[in-house]
Amino acid sequence: MAHVAVATQAAKGPLRAVTAWDRLKTDRNWLGAWYMLPAAAFLILFLAYPLLLGVWLSFTDARIGQAGEFVGLENYEWLWEDSVFWTSVFNTLLYTGVASVIKFAVGLYLALLLNRHMPFKAIIRAVVLIPFIVPTVLSAIAFWWLYDTQFSIVSWTLRQLGLITANINFLGDVWNARWSTIFANIWRGVPFIAITLLAGLQTISPSLYEAATIDGARAWQMFRHITYPLLTPIIAVVMTFSVLFTFTDFQLIWVLTRGGPVNATHLMATLSYQRAILGSYLGEGAAIATAMIPFLLAAILISWFGLQRRKWQQGGRDD
Amino acid sequence: MNKFTRRSLLQSATAAAATGLLAGSGAGEWAQALAQQAATSWKPEPGAELTLLRWKRFVQSEEDSFMALVANFTKATGVKVTVVNESLDDVQPKASVAANIGSGPDLFWGLYSLPHLFPAKLIDVTDVANYLGKKYGGWVPSAQVYGRSGGKWIAIPVGYNGNVMNYRISAMEKAGFKAFPKTTDEFLEYCKATKKNNTPGGMALGHASGDGNAWVHWCLWAFGGNLVDAKDKVIIDSPETAKALEYAKQLYDNFVPGTASWNDAFNNKAFLAGEIHWTNNGVSIYAAAKAQKMQNIVDDMDHALWPVGPVGKPTEFHVAYPLLAMKYTKYPNASKAFMAFLMEAENYDKWLIDSVAYITHPLNAYDKNPVWTSDKKLTVCRDVAKRTLTAGHLGSVGERAAAALADFIVLDMFASYVSGRESVKGSIKIAERQAQRLYRGRA
Repeated sequence: MAHVAVATQAAKGPLRAVTAWDRLKTDRNWLGAWYMLPAAAFLILFLAYPLLLGVWLSFTDARIGQAGEFVGLENYEWLWEDSVFWTSVFNTLLYTGVASVIKFAVGLYLALLLNRHMPFKAIIRAVVLIPFIVPTVLSAIAFWWLYDTQFSIVSWTLRQLGLITANINFLGDVWNARWSTIFANIWRGVPFIAITLLAGLQTISPSLYEAATIDGARAWQMFRHITYPLLTPIIAVVMTFSVLFTFTDFQLIWVLTRGGPVNATHLMATLSYQRAILGSYLGEGAAIATAMIPFLLAAILISWFGLQRRKWQQGGRDD
Repeated sequence: MNKFTRRSLLQSATAAAATGLLAGSGAGEWAQALAQQAATSWKPEPGAELTLLRWKRFVQSEEDSFMALVANFTKATGVKVTVVNESLDDVQPKASVAANIGSGPDLFWGLYSLPHLFPAKLIDVTDVANYLGKKYGGWVPSAQVYGRSGGKWIAIPVGYNGNVMNYRISAMEKAGFKAFPKTTDEFLEYCKATKKNNTPGGMALGHASGDGNAWVHWCLWAFGGNLVDAKDKVIIDSPETAKALEYAKQLYDNFVPGTASWNDAFNNKAFLAGEIHWTNNGVSIYAAAKAQKMQNIVDDMDHALWPVGPVGKPTEFHVAYPLLAMKYTKYPNASKAFMAFLMEAENYDKWLIDSVAYITHPLNAYDKNPVWTSDKKLTVCRDVAKRTLTAGHLGSVGERAAAALADFIVLDMFASYVSGRESVKGSIKIAERQAQRLYRGRA
C-alpha cells in the first residue's frame, strides 16, 4: 500500500515542511493556552500591572504629577523609623484581628440560628443583610452621629438613665476611638459572614444529622463532628475575604476619624492615602501600600493551608 | 496698548458678540472695560472655550453668584466656560496630574500653594496681576507670596476664606470681658472663665484640615515657633515651640471635652446647638444660624480676629484660593480675560456681597465693598487677607508646605501633647522627624 500513498502525495505536489507555528496552532496542549490568553491579558493589564507599578513606585521618589527617580529602599528606611507608620501597622493588626474574630463568632452564631426553621424565615434572613447593603459611607455617617461627643444618642440615653454623668468621648480618646471603629466594622461585616456561612450550612445533608441523632449524638457533638468539618471550606473562603476586606478598610475610618485622634485609628490604607494623594508623596504612599502585601499574603496562606487543604477534602483521612 | 476705535471693536469677533449683547448688568460695563483695557492684550482667541475646575462651594449664594458671573463673561466675550466642581481635597491631585500630562481643564482654582507645585507649567499672568493691582489699590502681601514665583505672577489669588473666632456675646460678658481678648494671655483667662461659667468653647484637634490647622498654626507662630526656616531647614525643636505647646495645653484643659475627635464640622454643630460658646471657624456658623432662623444665636454671636501672642503681631492662618491657567491651554488670552473679568469691580463686588464674607478680597480697593459695613458682625473678615501668614510661613509655599499641612504634622504635635499622649519633647521629636521626611531631597 505504501507506494499508493506515495503516488497520491506526489500527485498533490511537494510536502510543505511543518513549522513550529503549525504545531502550536494545532497542538491540543497549546489550545488551552490560547483560550486562556484573553483572560490572562485582562488579569495582567488590570491586576498585575497596577500591582507591579505600585511596587515600583515605592522604590521611587515620585510625587503626583512628577515621575520621580529610583531611590532604592529609601522610602522603606524612612518608614522603618517612622513612629506614625508603626502605629498604623499596630492599628491595622488590632483592627483586623479583633474585628475578624468577633465577626466570625457572631456570624457563625447568627448563621446557625437562621438555619433553623422559624416563622418569617425569608424576611428575617433578608433583614440581617441590611447592614451589608447600606453603602459604607452612609453607615459610617450614622456611626459618626452615634459617636458624637456632644450629641451621641448613646451618651444621652445613658445619661437619662443616670448611668453616666458626662458624655462618652467615643472618638476623642485613643482607645475608645479604636474600639468604636472596630465595633462599627463588626456591625457592618457580620451579615456577609452570616449569610455566606448560612449558604454553606444548607449544603450539608440533613441525613447526616439524622444518622447522628440515631447514634445519640448531642448538639455540640453534631456541630463539632458534622457541621464544622463540612463547613471548613466555606469558612476558609469567607474568612479570607473578611480578613482582606478588614485589613484594607478605608471608608469607615476616613468618615469617622480620618485617622485621628493623634493617628490612633490610622490604618495602613488611610495613611497611604493621606501621604500619597493628599500629601502628594506617591512614592512613600506606595511603600506603605506595598508593606501591606506581606500581611495580606500571610493571611491568605494561613486560611488556605490551615483550613482548606485538609486531607479528607482530597479523599484522604483527616487526622 | 492699542488705541480703541470703533473699527477695531467691530473687527474683533469677540467684541462683535459683545456688541450684540450689551444688555444685562455686568456685561455692558465689561464690554467697555474689555475694549478699553483688555481687548488688545487679552482678546479671547476666536472660538475659545474654557473649562474651569474649582472647589465645591460651601455657601450656596456664593456659587450661584459665581455662575452668574461666568454667564456674564460668556455674554460679554462669547467664550463658553464650563465649570467643574471637585471637593477641596481633590483639586490639588487633579491639577498636578493635568500639569504633568499636559491635558485637562484650562483653569484650576485651588488652595494655598497649588501654583507653586508646578510653576513652570503655568502661563505668566504678570500683566493681569499688574493691571489689577494698579487699578484696585495693590495686592495684599500674602497674595504676592502665593501668586508670584521667580519674579513673575503665576496665579491670581482671587480670594481668601477667613477663619476667625466665633463667640457668644452673653457668655463673653458673663466671663467679665467687654470685648473679645486681644492677647494670648487674656484669651487664656477668657477660656478659663468661660469653662468655669459652664459656657465653654473648644477648637478642633482631630484631623480637621481647615479649623484644626488654622488654630494650631496660629498658636505655634504666636509664640515664635516655626516648622522650617527661610531655607526650609526644619527648626521645630525650639523653646518657642515648647512654649506654644504648654499654652495650648492650658487652653485644652479648659475646652469642652472631646475636641480631640473633632473634624471640621463638629464645632459648627456644637455651636449651633448651644453646647459651646466660642470656637474658631469661617462665618458659616453665622450664615447657618441666619438660614435656620435661629434668631437668639444670630443676635448673641459675633466674630473676632485672633489674639496676638508674645511675638507681638498677628499670626493668623487663613485659607487662600489662587486661580491659575495651564500652559497647555489653547486659549491663554481667554483665560487671562476671564481672570481679569472676575476681579473687575462690576463683577467682583457683587460676588463678594453674595459670598456674605465667606470670601475675602486680595485687592485693597475692595475694602470699600458694602459687605464689610452692611453687617458689622462680618467686618472683621475684611482684614483677613492682610493679616494672614502663608503656608510654610518662613519657608517656601511649595509642595512641601502643602504636604506638611496634609499630613497634619503640627496638628498632631499639639494633639499628642495636650491630650497627654506624649511629653513636650516626645511630641516635638515626632513632628521634627515627620518634617525632615517631607523636607528632605528635592523641593
